[in-house]
Amino acid sequence: MGGIGRGIVGCENSWNGPAASAIDILKAKEFYVRLATICTVIAALCLAGCGMAPDTARAAVKAESTRKSAPDFTLKDADGKVVKLSDYKGKVVLLNFWATWCGPCKIEIPWFVEFEQNYRDKGFAVLGVSMDEDGWESVKPYLAANKVNYRVVIGDDMTAQKYGGVESLPTSFIVDQEGRTAVVHIGLVSKKDYKNDIEHLLGISSGKNAAVVPVAPGARGAE
Amino acid sequence: MCLLPLALAAQNDVLKVAPASTVTGKRGEKIQVKTNLQLQNGYHLNSNKPSDPYLIPLRLTWDANTVETVSVEFPAPKMESYAFSEKPLSVFTGDFAITSTVTPKTPGFTVLTGKLRYQACNHNACLPPKTIDIKVPADFR
Repeated sequence: MGGIGRGIVGCENSWNGPAASAIDILKAKEFYVRLATICTVIAALCLAGCGMAPDTARAAVKAESTRKSAPDFTLKDADGKVVKLSDYKGKVVLLNFWATWCGPCKIEIPWFVEFEQNYRDKGFAVLGVSMDEDGWESVKPYLAANKVNYRVVIGDDMTAQKYGGVESLPTSFIVDQEGRTAVVHIGLVSKKDYKNDIEHLLGISSGKNAAVVPVAPGARGAE
Repeated sequence: MCLLPLALAAQNDVLKVAPASTVTGKRGEKIQVKTNLQLQNGYHLNSNKPSDPYLIPLRLTWDANTVETVSVEFPAPKMESYAFSEKPLSVFTGDFAITSTVTPKTPGFTVLTGKLRYQACNHNACLPPKTIDIKVPADFR
């Protein structure tokens, strides 16, 4: 701080008087370099704090006391079997709203296949909710071509409304063992974010990556 | 609070259609109708010929009651790379126009009605496909 104070004095001397010395000019330059550095750090902290960092890596596991019940729904899977979210109580569920026309959604699908495979026996399941207008006509071939190993249902407006409208895809909710929404991810986030969230909810320690980050306020939907 | 910008961006229409001026022409003659579009910065639309069969193409169709559609010409698409796609995508961004060639069916003052179907994405999320009405005042002789 003392440095900044000195810089200000140097700055005033440099710009306000015709007899400014080379030292004064150097002090002024030093001040502006420091000021720019401080401004950059403050701007970076503001962006990170507001969840506007690249890839919208804003979501994280909420504290248990702030979690709310994930709305139940009844939809059908590719075999015509009725699927209810409440059937999954006791498991951690990654509820992923997606569509075959959504490029960012398709990046996540191989990750979810891997999560389903790795954590299935640990009390975890992925449940995909496709928002394709033509339903199984597009979805079935896509699931087959991409060897999707988890359950997928065709969503509808009513289900989307229960989850805050789901206005952009992908949108994912991670539901804890008690059926409460613990995480909301809107848009494409990293595989590491999902992995950390899932492992935390399953009580699997993965070192520093398992740390709980306070969730950004204002996350919409079924919180 | 901090998530609000994304939520609002998703709710807002990202594509704007410029108001069309009156088109004139004679029955049976070919006339051109230009549809000027403005896409919000940061978003892209799949072109009329998307790179992937699962992607939803941009389409413009005209109501056959007032005109016969001869052709609908789209601008040359851009091939743009996105982190979520292994290969570049054929897209439209920014301001662009679609030029339709139609022939009037009946004389008189009327309104050409078209349907524009599009699907927009940004670098990490997509909005649902949407169909909007295009209306163009017309004076056919």
